[in-house]
Amino acid sequence: MSEEPIRMNGGEALIKALELEGVEVIFGLPGGCILPVYDPIIDSPIRHILVRHEQGAGHMAEGYAHATGRPGVAMVTSGPAATNIVTPLCDAYMDSIPMIVITGQVPVGAIGTDAFQECDTIGITRSVTKHNELITRAQDIPLVVRQAFHLATTGRPGPVLLDIPKDIVDPTNPNSAMEWYWPTDEEVVASMPGYKPTTKGHPKKIKEAALMIGESVRPVLYVGGGILKARAAEALLELAELTQIPVVTTLMARGAFPDDHPLCLGMPGMHGNYTAVTAMQESDLLIALGSRFDDRVTGKLDSFAVGAKIIHVDIDPAELGKVRRPDVPIVGDARLVIEELNRALLALGGAEAQPDRSAWRQQCSGWQEKFPLSYEQSEPGQLLKPQYVLEQLRDLSPENTIVATGVGQHQMWTSQYWTFRHPYTWICSGGLGTMGFSIPAAIGAKTGMPERTVWAVDGDGCFQMTAQELVTAATERIPVKIAILNNAYLGMVRQWQEMFYDERYSEVYLSPDLPDYVMWAEAMGCVGIRVESPEEVAPAIIRANSITDRPVVVEFRTDSSELVYPMVPVGRSNSEIVVGPTGGEIQ
Amino acid sequence: MSTASTPPTTRHHLLSVLVENKAGVLARVASLFARRGYNIYSLAVAPTDDERFSRITIVADADSAPLEQIVKQLNKLVNVIKISELDPLDSVERELMLCTVKADASSRHNVIELVSIFDGRIVDVGHGEVTLAVAEIPARLDDLEELLKPFGILIVQRTGRVALPKLDRTFTR
Ligand SMILES: Cc1ncc(C[n+]2csc(CCOP(=O)(O)OP(=O)(O)O)c2C)c(N)n1
Ligand SMILES: [Mg+2]
Repeated sequence: MSEEPIRMNGGEALIKALELEGVEVIFGLPGGCILPVYDPIIDSPIRHILVRHEQGAGHMAEGYAHATGRPGVAMVTSGPAATNIVTPLCDAYMDSIPMIVITGQVPVGAIGTDAFQECDTIGITRSVTKHNELITRAQDIPLVVRQAFHLATTGRPGPVLLDIPKDIVDPTNPNSAMEWYWPTDEEVVASMPGYKPTTKGHPKKIKEAALMIGESVRPVLYVGGGILKARAAEALLELAELTQIPVVTTLMARGAFPDDHPLCLGMPGMHGNYTAVTAMQESDLLIALGSRFDDRVTGKLDSFAVGAKIIHVDIDPAELGKVRRPDVPIVGDARLVIEELNRALLALGGAEAQPDRSAWRQQCSGWQEKFPLSYEQSEPGQLLKPQYVLEQLRDLSPENTIVATGVGQHQMWTSQYWTFRHPYTWICSGGLGTMGFSIPAAIGAKTGMPERTVWAVDGDGCFQMTAQELVTAATERIPVKIAILNNAYLGMVRQWQEMFYDERYSEVYLSPDLPDYVMWAEAMGCVGIRVESPEEVAPAIIRANSITDRPVVVEFRTDSSELVYPMVPVGRSNSEIVVGPTGGEIQ
Repeated sequence: MSTASTPPTTRHHLLSVLVENKAGVLARVASLFARRGYNIYSLAVAPTDDERFSRITIVADADSAPLEQIVKQLNKLVNVIKISELDPLDSVERELMLCTVKADASSRHNVIELVSIFDGRIVDVGHGEVTLAVAEIPARLDDLEELLKPFGILIVQRTGRVALPKLDRTFTR
């Protein structure tokens, strides 16, 4: 009955477990404690991408997960490598990205002795992971790896870290001996009695939600990143069209609903457009789907959408009532809940049974006409406007281009000016706001989606934080494209100093030509292109799009004085949105 | 954590948390409280009769966060199996206190008398002091502490509360 036991060492078991989990690529960088695991990688079909800094490995895994929906995997050694990957872990935790991080650790017997390159990785990462686990026995590896993938990808997704002491993976150490096994799904679930995410919404609550929608004349679908995690974009489209309710997509949800759809109002929040912000303020019902009432969306909380009832759908029960108490809370997977909601609405009479909301939609389109996004086009010979660059990039790039950004003004402009037509074409660091995210994230996305064009729109400040990963991209032949909006400043901080600190600029100047971005790009094995005037923009983009054998960096020298508008000043009500430099405050 | 003499009122939540009996689980629970800005008033932990699980009794400061958020966030910890909020009126609670108090020949019998009124015992005797042990509801321990003060308390160690729900005494036909 029993088969001959298959004996192997912990390192082999780890790689085999990753293979069986369907991992196709690991982003990582070896070192002392993780060394034994790097040996079986040579014989594995899994591709390993050697990064230049462990932060890069983490963001690449995130970008990969964003673009493909599959968990990204990063592997690094102990101590300094583990601490280097803390930022991506926190980033993934804030944005609910499925990610597995494997860190080396000193041998079990040396733990707690301040051994060379020992750090308390589990302690350090506890609050920035969905779960983490120190594996102390080689025999546990297959089960713990399966648990990690299950945790990272189900319920509210998130990063899971596995800390692996050297002795249990080192074939020369008897502690690494193990007998291979592969737990079933049932065994994995049974091994975690405290983990039972609710995916199916409560039918009574769904019915209540359907009835509440049927009574609302000024509803808004307030869509967050959870829609993308739940792969619910189609169900959402059906819901919106069935009810003819306008949709706002938060920074994390750009692409979840097509920007060119007549019901799409675009992005709400601090730098959202006037219509999205105001429609939420004036609505009588907010249907929050996989969104979490983030402070960047609500503005001053006690004056946010005061007349609105709330239906809140989220897979994480802790989000319901955390910020704003919902009238109808529904715990569940956004796709399953929306599908049930659609059925409930159809059962209540479908589109015909919905109240006439044409007045509301007209009000929204009135705002759209009156307060579109706008900027002043530069005169010939003047400095380049960043918005113009983005419009050109958007129009000249192939359909389905994936765009990743750093954090700052360039990020907001990209979200504002890009027209997102497809889910999973937008990758940005929302919750943590991690400068330096875009280059590694774009590399990760391109690795997972090699046939797609991937642009990173980066700031000059951000570029200098993670540019070294372009060496990785050039070496591994991952032809991403980087557009630097070089405004010579930490632009977003400069904007706050201009607006809220009486134009007292403190430590925000970076210089336009130090470093020389074109030389730097070339030195890293990329093509470097500099653009200084409007007429050079289109040709440079066309040229960049035609280069497919190596990364390209296009440096756009843009106007430093340009500000991101609209803006809801921090701590103020969304009703005090400022639409532009001359527009002043509305209302 | 403290043994402040304010008796537990509705300002406190009493949580009984069943967790996996694994290394690091207490640290996860404690750091979640710290990370989310919830204050722990007292905490007691020990394995249950089933060695796979431990039970943590946490008295949480209700002013620091709504109970609902604390419970929901705790529930997200993979190693947390079950959380019950115990209503102090509907549960039995005990806390153990060890206290060394000055007790020379002239005052010793007074101390002993007091301890017996509180159903406690003298567990150690020195020349000029005794150590007593009492298991009681926290408010009674507060009272005893108060009454012992005039004798001269040298050291007090309390465990924090443990609690279980009161048994159901309604008849089922
Ligand atoms: C790692 C990190 N450090 C600091 C900040 C604070 N911060 C937010 S935006 C910004 C400026 C970014 O400058 P740049 O990349 O040039 O983008 P720009 O705003 O100029 O478009 C800074 C410093 C941050 N978000 N992340
Ligand atoms: Mg800049």
